[in-house]
Amino acid sequence: MNKSPNIAHIGSECVACGCCVLVCPKDAIHIAFGITAQVDEEKCVGCKKCSKECPADVITMMKRGMHSEKKEMV
Amino acid sequence: MKKKKWYNYLWIAELLYLILGLTNILFAWLGMLFFTIPLLIAIFGGGKAYCNRYCGKGQLIGILGTKLKLSRNAPPPKFLRSNWFRYGFLTFFMIMFFLMLYSTYNVFAGAPLQEAVTLLWVFKLPWQWAEVSMVAPWFAQFAFGFFGIMLTSTILELITMVLFRPKSWCVYCPMGTMTQGICKLRHGKELKAYGRTSQNDCGTSETSGQ
Ligand code: SF4
Ligand code: SF4
Ligand code: SF4
Repeated sequence: MNKSPNIAHIGSECVACGCCVLVCPKDAIHIAFGITAQVDEEKCVGCKKCSKECPADVITMMKRGMHSEKKEMV
Repeated sequence: MKKKKWYNYLWIAELLYLILGLTNILFAWLGMLFFTIPLLIAIFGGGKAYCNRYCGKGQLIGILGTKLKLSRNAPPPKFLRSNWFRYGFLTFFMIMFFLMLYSTYNVFAGAPLQEAVTLLWVFKLPWQWAEVSMVAPWFAQFAFGFFGIMLTSTILELITMVLFRPKSWCVYCPMGTMTQGICKLRHGKELKAYGRTSQNDCGTSETSGQ
């Protein structure tokens, strides 16, 4: 299966409300330790549903593999 | 579509609470459950399970904003998610809460009962039609004060729901800030050690598709 070029990236100001978890069609997000949302890169298909839902507006779409390196917004 | 669970209907409890409180102010006491349960869950290791699963308030604004399309669905201003605003609002909220407890104590100590509900911390709404003679005055005073807090948060929820994204209240909700703060104190170090890719989720990964 082809992976999407972009995936969701959670910003540091995530308030852990869980709204993104509820809308993700691939169950690719979970709230880690009640502190921040985390995206499973393997499951994310880059559909942007979470970024449109996030009430804190902290989710951006990034090129796959850019999370821990130089971040590139798309 | 994700399968609905019993807790997806807790928005009904929230609605019922508001209706009951308007009918008889003494039902305001039930709102203490909405205060204590999230804190107990966070303190005893359940993380943000309350926000992520059981909060009827969050579900209700989600329904009003998304299903009934009452929200402009615009990104909120950045300051709303900043720590200084969130913790500042929490501090202000708690100060007002303790002032409300202080006036309850005053009535306990003999001051006259004030039959009014304060909205947005300023506007005193006369509530003389409430039947509270069957309980101690301090018990009724707490109900008036607490219902004012609950209605105030409902007004703020609705305003930010309409202006920004449906659940914008969740960004600066004092309960959400407190429970996340408790989780940071409990698990902050573990999160750092664990990075941003693992699957451990402190019991909150189960989704509750609305
Ligand atoms: S972009 Fe789509 S698949 Fe990826 S985490 Fe967000 S909602 Fe889930
Ligand atoms: S919706 Fe936004 S703020 Fe809420 S948990 Fe997801 S990323 Fe964090
Ligand atoms: S942040 Fe507040 S309103 Fe939102 S889900 Fe949590 S407790 Fe409920």
